Parts: sequence; C-alpha cells; structure tokens
Amino acid sequence: MDLRNLTIDAARSAVAKGKISATALAESFYAKIESDDPKIGAYLMLSKQRALAKAAAVDALVEKGEKLPPLAGVPVGIKDVMVTKGVRTTAGSKILGNYIPPYDCTAVSRLEAAGAVVLGKLNCDEFAMGSSNENSAWKPVHNPRDLTRVPGGSSGGSAAAVAADMAVTTLGSDTGGSIRQPASFCGVVGLKPTYGRVSRYGLIAFASSLDHIGPFAKTAKDAAIMLRTIAGRDPMDSTSADLPVPDYVAELDKPVKGLKVGVAKEYFGEGLEPETRSAIEGAIQKLASLGCEIVEVSLPHTKYAIPAYYLVATAEASSNLARFDGVRYGHRAQGARTLADMYRCSRDEGFGPEAKRRIMLGTYALSAGYYDAYYLKAQRVRTLLTRDFENAFKRVDVIVGPTSPTPAFKLGEKVDDPLAMYLADIYTVTANLAGIPGISIPAGQSKEKLPIGMQIFGKHFDEGTILRVAHAYEQAV
Amino acid sequence: MKVTEKDVTYVADLANLELTEQERGRMVRDLNSILGHVDSLSELDTSNVPPMAQVSDRFGLDDSKQGSERFAYASREDVHEGLRKSLPHDVALVNAPDSDGTFFKVPKVIER
Repeated sequence: MDLRNLTIDAARSAVAKGKISATALAESFYAKIESDDPKIGAYLMLSKQRALAKAAAVDALVEKGEKLPPLAGVPVGIKDVMVTKGVRTTAGSKILGNYIPPYDCTAVSRLEAAGAVVLGKLNCDEFAMGSSNENSAWKPVHNPRDLTRVPGGSSGGSAAAVAADMAVTTLGSDTGGSIRQPASFCGVVGLKPTYGRVSRYGLIAFASSLDHIGPFAKTAKDAAIMLRTIAGRDPMDSTSADLPVPDYVAELDKPVKGLKVGVAKEYFGEGLEPETRSAIEGAIQKLASLGCEIVEVSLPHTKYAIPAYYLVATAEASSNLARFDGVRYGHRAQGARTLADMYRCSRDEGFGPEAKRRIMLGTYALSAGYYDAYYLKAQRVRTLLTRDFENAFKRVDVIVGPTSPTPAFKLGEKVDDPLAMYLADIYTVTANLAGIPGISIPAGQSKEKLPIGMQIFGKHFDEGTILRVAHAYEQAV
Repeated sequence: MKVTEKDVTYVADLANLELTEQERGRMVRDLNSILGHVDSLSELDTSNVPPMAQVSDRFGLDDSKQGSERFAYASREDVHEGLRKSLPHDVALVNAPDSDGTFFKVPKVIER
C-alpha cells in the first residue's frame, strides 16, 4: 500500500473494505519506519505489541462486519510527553529515561477508543522545551524535507513522522508554538486548540497555563477528525472546558465567502524573511480571491510577547519540574549521603542544559525581590496581549500571518544562542498566552524548497472557523 | 550585568540544582542575555492592568455567575476513590529507584 498522502479516511476505508488488514497496515508503517527513520530520528520507542493487539481487534470487527469507529486501524504516533501505560515515556529527558507510566493520557485513550493504532512514541525537545528538537536528550530529529535542517520544536518528531509518512497523523503538544512551528518547518498541518478544549490529563507538565495537546496531519480535514476525537470535558483535568464539541468535519464545507480575515501589521515587521513574507502575502491574496474580506488589524503589544512568555513559561516550569527529585520515579544519583544531596545530584545528572536554564530563569523570576518586577509584570502584560486579540476579534473572524519568521534553519545554527532560539517563536507564543486556537498550514515554499507555513488564529473555541479557512485554502491551491 | 555568579549560586540552591563551575559561568551569560531582552517590559505602564495567571475565566463560562460559581463544573464531590481507584502499592512503587515494597526509600533525612 502506498503510504504517501494516506489520509485518515483513506486508511480507514481501505481497512473497512478489506483492501488491507489493520495488522498489515501497521506492519507496513513499521517497515517504513525501519527503513527511513534511522536518518530522520522521529521515533524514540515503538509500541509494537500494543499496536498489533489494537490492529487485531480492529481486524476482528471487520471480520464480523461490525460498524467501525472513526479511526479504525489508523496508525498514529504520540509525542513522548504524553504518558502511555506500559510503554516507556521519557519526555525527551534522561531524568525519565526508565519511566514506565502506570496510566494513559486521556487524548491517547480517546484515540485508541476511536480505533487508532499507536505505533510508538515520538522524539521531542526535553520536557517540550525548545524550537529545534536539538534539546532531546536522546538524539536530534532531521527535517525530512532537508536532512541538514531542524524539523522545528518541540514536537519535531511528531511533525517529521507525518511529513515522512511514518504515521498517518500524530499528537504533539504546544506551549509556545511547539505544534505550529514544526508543522510549518516540515510542511504539514498542525493545530493548537483553545486552552481547555483538550484534556491535559497525562501530559507531562511544562507550563500548565500554556500547555495544549493537538494534532499533526496531512490535511485540515484530518486535523478536524483528530480534534473531534480528542476534544471535550474530562473530569480528570479540571481546566478542561465543559462545552459541547462541534462536528468540526461538518463545518469544513461551509462557505468562507464573506468571512473577515484580519492581517496584523505587527506580524510583518522586522525579522520576517522576504521569501516568507511574499509567500504569506500570496496566501492572503488567495483567501481574498475566495471571497474573504481582508481587514487590517493591530495587535500593538506583540513585541512584548516573547519576554512575557519566557517569564511566565519558565516560572511555571520551575515549579512543575520540582517534582523530579529521584524519589518516586525517574533518575536517582548514586552515592549521595543525604536526602538534600540526592535531590541535587539526581537533578544535576538528569536534566539537560535547556531544562536547567529554564528552571533557573523561572526560579529567579519568582524569587524574593524579583517576583513583582518579572513574574507579576509578565502576567500583567499577558492581559494586554490577550486584550489585543479580544479587540481585534471584535472586527474579524480569523487573523492570518506567518507561523515562523524563517523556514527551517540548519541543525546547530542556534544551539549556542538561547535568545536567538527563543526569538524564533515570535509569532506563536501569543496564542498560548491568550489561549486562542491557532493552526499552521503549508503555504508555499522557499527557493531552497523549504516549506513555509501560514498561521490562522481564531476566537476562543472557534476551531471550526480556522479549520474551515484552512480547508478552503488547501482546496484552492 | 544584572545576574552575578553569586546570584546564580543562590538561585541554583533554591531550585535544588548544584551546577558545575562551567555550567554556572554559562548560566551567568545566558540569564543576562535573556533578562536584557526581558527589560523591554518596563517600557509598559501596567499599573492599572490586572495580572492574568490563566485564561479559563475569560471565555466559555456563564457570565451571570461570579467567582468560584463560574467554575462549579470543575469541582466534584469529595468521595472516597472518587474518579478512579488509587494505584495499588506494587504499581505505585514500580518506578521507584529504591523501595522496600511498602515505602519509597531515601537517604538519611537528618544528619546527626
């Protein structure tokens, strides 16, 4: 079976019609992973036993002629920050190198309940902290479109697996752009839903008020199917919203004519590479030709987003990562004589440089004498950034712009300059601070044939509209 | 330079990190570079802007309700084994670096 361009519906229907068994489909994906992944590095762990048991269960349903669930037999991959019962989960960190979770993340259980076959766990930056996947404690991921370049981060493995046809669709997490930026670098679709739309239960926490789970897919329709499957209230996550889940797939074919599409001038300023600018301007023209009304809007506080974000995110991270102490799970240093020494040595040995940097920055921002100047100040600026969107969305239905100021950069290019790496997130962190949904879709390529991504922001809980615009654009090009 | 080596040692202590000599030097450099960028926030007058710790109270809720009433859906009755059973002992201890089958074991807590 040709795995290129294989969508959820195509895979499911091939299984349903008996063209291929779910087991054979999973095996062909494993064969593809075995042949291609050594040069890409997307997978950290394969869960063959679990996948083949699930595939066999789907095959049994097919045999009996029973009604198949919406993801029946569809091979998926899961970012290694989501826990999977009995399948090693490391969050890309040495400190969780041997961690075998005793329970499943809600989003993963929901995919499996819908018939999906979980192929394995995908590489990522340590604790989802990074924009290039080079902070993985295990190995870097190479961008399938150009192996000398990064796939983006932190969900680099999730993006690369879809781009290289090593999964039909995958789950990632997005705390400051970690779904959208790698989607844009690898030329696939990546959706960060509204905060509270998808349960975070079983997502290893980085920054709890900014963390989101969302899908990577080949098409907007597949992203809609994935979101419909994983969204909705979960009593295990008290921040998951108690709101009905619309049928996102049914919304795709509603017309986009007459929709008001905002363009924020702050997203086209200094630092935006000319090729990316012209690709996005071209995509906006295309939306205009589909009958969308293009409206200029302003998000005046955008330049303060990165500093506000890196204070809030690191403060929350320093608190969340305090749990890794070598007592209940994870790495414990040998030979420590006292409890305090054991904590320190375990954390020193277990955490990589970026995790330590963020723990330090966050602890500093929360420490006595600096709390007001840094953490509290950043929280106030977060209000201003959120108001920017609330004001803009009084006038428009969606806002579009570039996902990243540049296409994928070279491996090693920014590893020694953390600030330069942070600035790569300039167009994505705002959606996390404000909790609004955002999607990145392929919108052309550079002269060097590197994918360029267009980002579409929507109002809170209005994933339906951004998916609809994404779908309309995809159909038109 | 805002952050000195002494600050780094103090903050590492708060964060239960030790850091090598080399790591500390690098941390001084990196924190100063990042905090230099962060300083732009002081251009903004935020004296009348409320802080925002999370986004859930800004949307998707019944606006006629106030305070904790708005989040009533997020609470549940406090019942024994409410949402799921606690993990059995053997499962809870399976990832422990050291245990005696009943408790997690750690090095001495108090030095005599």
